[in-house]
Amino acid sequence: MKIIVDIFLTFMKIGAFGFGGGLAMLPLIEKEIVYKHSWITLKELVDIIAIVEMTPGPIAINSSTFVGYKVGGFMGAIAGSVGVVIISFILMTILAKYFMRMKDMDEVKAVFRGIRPAVIGLILSAVISVGRTSIVDVKSVMIALIVFFGLVKLKIHPILGIVLAGVLGVIMY
Amino acid sequence: MNKFENMIKMFLTLMKIGTFTLGGGYAMIPLVQKEFVEKNKWIDNEEFLDIVALAQSVPGALIINSSTYIGYRLFGFPGAVVACLGSMLPSIVIIMIIAVFFGQIRDHKTVETVFQGIRPAVLSLILFAVVKLGKSIPKNLMHGIWVAASVISIAFFSVHPIIIIVVSGLLGYKIFKGENDHENHS
Repeated sequence: MKIIVDIFLTFMKIGAFGFGGGLAMLPLIEKEIVYKHSWITLKELVDIIAIVEMTPGPIAINSSTFVGYKVGGFMGAIAGSVGVVIISFILMTILAKYFMRMKDMDEVKAVFRGIRPAVIGLILSAVISVGRTSIVDVKSVMIALIVFFGLVKLKIHPILGIVLAGVLGVIMY
Repeated sequence: MNKFENMIKMFLTLMKIGTFTLGGGYAMIPLVQKEFVEKNKWIDNEEFLDIVALAQSVPGALIINSSTYIGYRLFGFPGAVVACLGSMLPSIVIIMIIAVFFGQIRDHKTVETVFQGIRPAVLSLILFAVVKLGKSIPKNLMHGIWVAASVISIAFFSVHPIIIIVVSGLLGYKIFKGENDHENHS
């Protein structure tokens, strides 16, 4: 039981500092899980990150579930994943409550009119960072173009786009 | 449809999004935009961008944070709990299955090629989301520069997204305050 509580508290701490999502949490996970608690080795963590990055879902949830499972079995997995989201959940609920009450105020509207173009920029910058690792050869450029064409011109659902890309990967590689 | 059925529908929608979120974070934006804005019409594009900004200002995964907001927005606190669980559940289940079969999956050739195909497509998905969300801001030089400046500072100078959001919020406050939202949002 103590180990389950430990997993929960450790991932709660990791989650509380995970600004910018999962990738930003990885150094923290390494410090807490590998060095402080010695629950897994660094090599195991690297393997876990590789798996987690190619598995659907947020990296934070995936890695906390995986590490939690390795350390404390089924209950450990639950403790890890709930622990990692609990702080975000509380903060986001408070934020939602106040934002919904204030969003029609002129000042708040003005602030968000400024934030919107920045968020579009934020998302666009993700295209560049994803491109750095995923556009590696002519085939990957072709897949990107085919899927983009499908989304814009044929209006296919994003999920279908992902499935299509997976099939293209099997055929081309 | 009553409230309970609507909540189940939201839970299932978020599970669907959680299942197909690959590459983490921004890769889920096109999916969420499609489901929240276009299909279910829970919110519009503008509020969607606001949620992304709010979700970025709090630690944690973008999908979990924005789901929590949507849940709270639609059904209050119980909705936030249901939404948060719905978006987490697929990852937890999938990861547990993988954790059990760890060794066998790691070196599987077909699995690897599937992901080689999906990785470049994630880029197209995000770009497509930008095209659609771009419609919710005015098309003029100022906004063009605004978008470009935040892309460049994040992608090439590694400025933290929270700094971009805070600075843009302050600028927005200075520029737009007192103005009665008369700029047309198409």
